[in-house]
Amino acid sequence: MIGLRRIAIGLASAVAFAAIAAATATVGAAPEPQTIKLTVKKFEYSLKQITVKKGTPVVIEITSQDRQHGFSLPDFNVRADVNPGKVVRVAFTADKAGEFDYLCDIFCGDGHEDVNGKLIVEE
Amino acid sequence: MAANITKRDFMKLAGVGGGAVFASSLPGYVSSAAAAQKGEFYFVQLSDTHWGFTGDKVNPDPKGTLPKAIDAVNALPEKPDFIVFTGDITHTTDDDKERERRMVEAKGIILKGLKGHRIYFLAGEHDASLDNGAAFKKHFHKLTYYSFDHKGVHFIAIDNVSDPKALIGEKQLAWLAADLKKVKKNQQIVVFTHRPLFDLAADWDWATPDGQKAIDMLMPFPHVTVFYGHIHQENHFMTGHIAHHAAKGLMFPLPVAHSVPKKAPIPWDAAAPYKGLGFRGVEDQLKDAEIEIVEFPVVKA
Repeated sequence: MIGLRRIAIGLASAVAFAAIAAATATVGAAPEPQTIKLTVKKFEYSLKQITVKKGTPVVIEITSQDRQHGFSLPDFNVRADVNPGKVVRVAFTADKAGEFDYLCDIFCGDGHEDVNGKLIVEE
Repeated sequence: MAANITKRDFMKLAGVGGGAVFASSLPGYVSSAAAAQKGEFYFVQLSDTHWGFTGDKVNPDPKGTLPKAIDAVNALPEKPDFIVFTGDITHTTDDDKERERRMVEAKGIILKGLKGHRIYFLAGEHDASLDNGAAFKKHFHKLTYYSFDHKGVHFIAIDNVSDPKALIGEKQLAWLAADLKKVKKNQQIVVFTHRPLFDLAADWDWATPDGQKAIDMLMPFPHVTVFYGHIHQENHFMTGHIAHHAAKGLMFPLPVAHSVPKKAPIPWDAAAPYKGLGFRGVEDQLKDAEIEIVEFPVVKA
């Protein structure tokens, strides 16, 4: 009886190990988020173009160097207020290929219309 | 339901008095230019004069364009019942004193040039977003949103620029709801605003984030027309039965949304000065809430 019980425990452990290994393999297969640092000031973003691969989870860390700005990427339903002295993070998955505009959507002055850039999602 | 309206869809063009008549076969529009002669009243819309802007490649006559447009208004065969400026009267600057100087100068030119006319002013983001409308209220109109009645038509001025995030805001929306309670169901409503109330192109900043709330409030009324500016070009769009008409600007034209990689003013065409600039007359037939739009250039070709 003891021997059979040990064998049963051993089998259960093996099954559990295999499940954990499989789970670990699944987590390991997920794409790593791509983190992009972006600053904004009157009247430009530091990056006029951001390029990522389709399917990539993207995190953009945005910092304002002067006043309140906005960050809006309407095609991915992403927007945030960007206040000086605080890093703002927006996250999304680049799940469609193409070129998409991002822009400041809080009026910031004479050059407000120039505060924009393009996200390029490559196949 | 929202739909782009093209000239092919519903407009036919006819030359009248140096302008062009766009007449629609859809409800809310008259079907012929001749009907314009029988209208009960008309008003003139000017927009996006951007007084203070400089940039020779875009407009080498920045101080002359507004006066020329004023001359053209004064040369109209009939005096309009009123004139409305739908925002961005001035071009903004971070220098508060200079910004107010531009307002004083623009207001002086407008009031002197259009003396004897009834004039309504709305703010654009260049006039109001940097100080929540304070200087605009001081120089142009004590309120940034208001309503008035004219010959049975209810006019509503909606402010979507004093908040730098381009929100109408809950306070103004509550005011709008209360204002609409005073309007009879079949009464004609004309809305003036600066930015499009609908999402024309949010990635070009051509939208009002909470504009749909205002549209929803207007939907129960069968006769609603919206006139706005901001995009410096004609545009005609339907949200359900509500027509939205964008006006040309009076400093520089902008391209059609997404027609070029980057939004930027269209360069001056020396072969066709003032091309893409203009103002419009709006003829209200009153009967059946029919409206006719007449587009005028700054100078006759």
